Amino acid sequence: MEKVLMKGNEAIAQAAIHGGCRYFFGYPITPQNEIPEYMSREMPKAGGVFLQAESEVAAINMVYGAAGAGARVMTSSSSPGIALKQEGISYIVGSEVPCVIVNISRGGPGLGGIQPAQSDYNQSTRGGGNGDYNMIVFAPANIQEAVDLTAEAFEIADFYRNPVMILGDGMIGQMMEPVVFHETPKRELEPKTWATTGTGGKRAPNIINSLHLDPANLEKHNLHLQQKYARMRAEETRYELYQADDAELVFVAYGTASRIVRNAIIQLRETGVKAGMIRPISVWPFPQAAFDQLGSQVRALMSVELSCGQMVDDVRIAAAGRWPVGFYGRSGGMIPAQHEIVDACRSMLEEVA
Amino acid sequence: MLEKTICAGFGGQGVMSMGRLIATTAMENGLEVSWLPSYGPEMRGGTANCHVIVSSTPIGSPIISTDATTVLALNLPSMKKFEHALIENGLMIYNSSLIDQQPEREDLRAVPIAANEIAADIGNLKAANMVMLGAFIELTGILKADDLVRALGKMFGSGKQQFIPINEKALREGMRAAAQG
Repeated sequence: MEKVLMKGNEAIAQAAIHGGCRYFFGYPITPQNEIPEYMSREMPKAGGVFLQAESEVAAINMVYGAAGAGARVMTSSSSPGIALKQEGISYIVGSEVPCVIVNISRGGPGLGGIQPAQSDYNQSTRGGGNGDYNMIVFAPANIQEAVDLTAEAFEIADFYRNPVMILGDGMIGQMMEPVVFHETPKRELEPKTWATTGTGGKRAPNIINSLHLDPANLEKHNLHLQQKYARMRAEETRYELYQADDAELVFVAYGTASRIVRNAIIQLRETGVKAGMIRPISVWPFPQAAFDQLGSQVRALMSVELSCGQMVDDVRIAAAGRWPVGFYGRSGGMIPAQHEIVDACRSMLEEVA
Repeated sequence: MLEKTICAGFGGQGVMSMGRLIATTAMENGLEVSWLPSYGPEMRGGTANCHVIVSSTPIGSPIISTDATTVLALNLPSMKKFEHALIENGLMIYNSSLIDQQPEREDLRAVPIAANEIAADIGNLKAANMVMLGAFIELTGILKADDLVRALGKMFGSGKQQFIPINEKALREGMRAAAQG
């Protein structure tokens, strides 16, 4: 297959079409505008529908509708836009319909800025809307990974009848790298007998709904959802261990932050400091298992984020008191320089000496 | 091989395309590449830049902070901003048609290229970026002109093939200027 140089946003859009997405509803916001732009041009050629909604709220409810009718559907936005979609996402989870949501995040809170940030970690991994719910959240660190995960996300969403989120940031969205569109791993999927496709007078109507007024029913429904999340935790966790075998300090970083950490590790090792990394690829489910694989030589963990410290809480939970947990982060669209991470690692190792 | 290049200039001078062409050509030659644009509330006439990394091994961070091997500066603000991003003895190729001074740093390998004049002489001022690119491949030796022209053909697609000859000419004039410089 041919290798092509593509911008992250365009590659994600193409990957969605490649993964069978035929409906896209969205509303413009920087730094993800190339996704709807690409979809508006390419989706009709694939026989699908692109529609620019009047707002983010409208877009997510169009997604809800299309998903309820059994379509493969996606929306994309950036941080404040994703915040607006939360009500719809919660309804979609409650109604158990599948879709893919892309967040090319930017600095916050509020309108914030338009430069890359990872400060939507909590919003993404804690559900975001009301109620007890989760969704699988993949955080690609390069464009090839973004392509592979986006295409596969549609299979996974259908498998669980639950949304899957692709959590990128402005840098992943805007940068270009070579990509290849591989064949997407397929799952055994049940026919969508629940979809509202018209009864044809031959069966009782299907109903897509998240309202359960009887508390006993709603609790039963919640327990059913929790069973799905337990299965996701068991089967959908993804991570990469980088130079962790002999590492004394193990960084934990995902997406854009992990790329700078990777360079910092190379620099640290050149000067004899044994550093490594756990890179969560799924930030929900969080890769607890990766921490259990660490050897007894590990002296400290350090979460590096483009935020004021969100994933660090999950790192503390995963560490379970076994190692001291440090944090280094920049926010608001500022990107930490390699030497800042190197310095933070050295200080932490001195502290725990 | 590890080449970290910053292309910078006014919006509209084609600095993003220059970077994209370097990345595309290097990718076609089997090298690892990344292209990272500045983005923001930018417009024609404002400043624009992109970071291009070409490497024989996988690329970590696509950001170039203070380890640029080459800066291609198409206007004065870009030269002033990015000369400090260069490594010691780094290569500064600057558009002397618009920049009437030298970089402040004395350790740099500074090469003036009269890109606008050369482009105007061959009949298209818009090809000034290709003149700069010609100087870049001549001085770094990382890419061949023929490969670059082939990649340009792909980038342009079927609708713009008529612009290939003027761009190729600009590229080769840029190489010549750098070789003479």
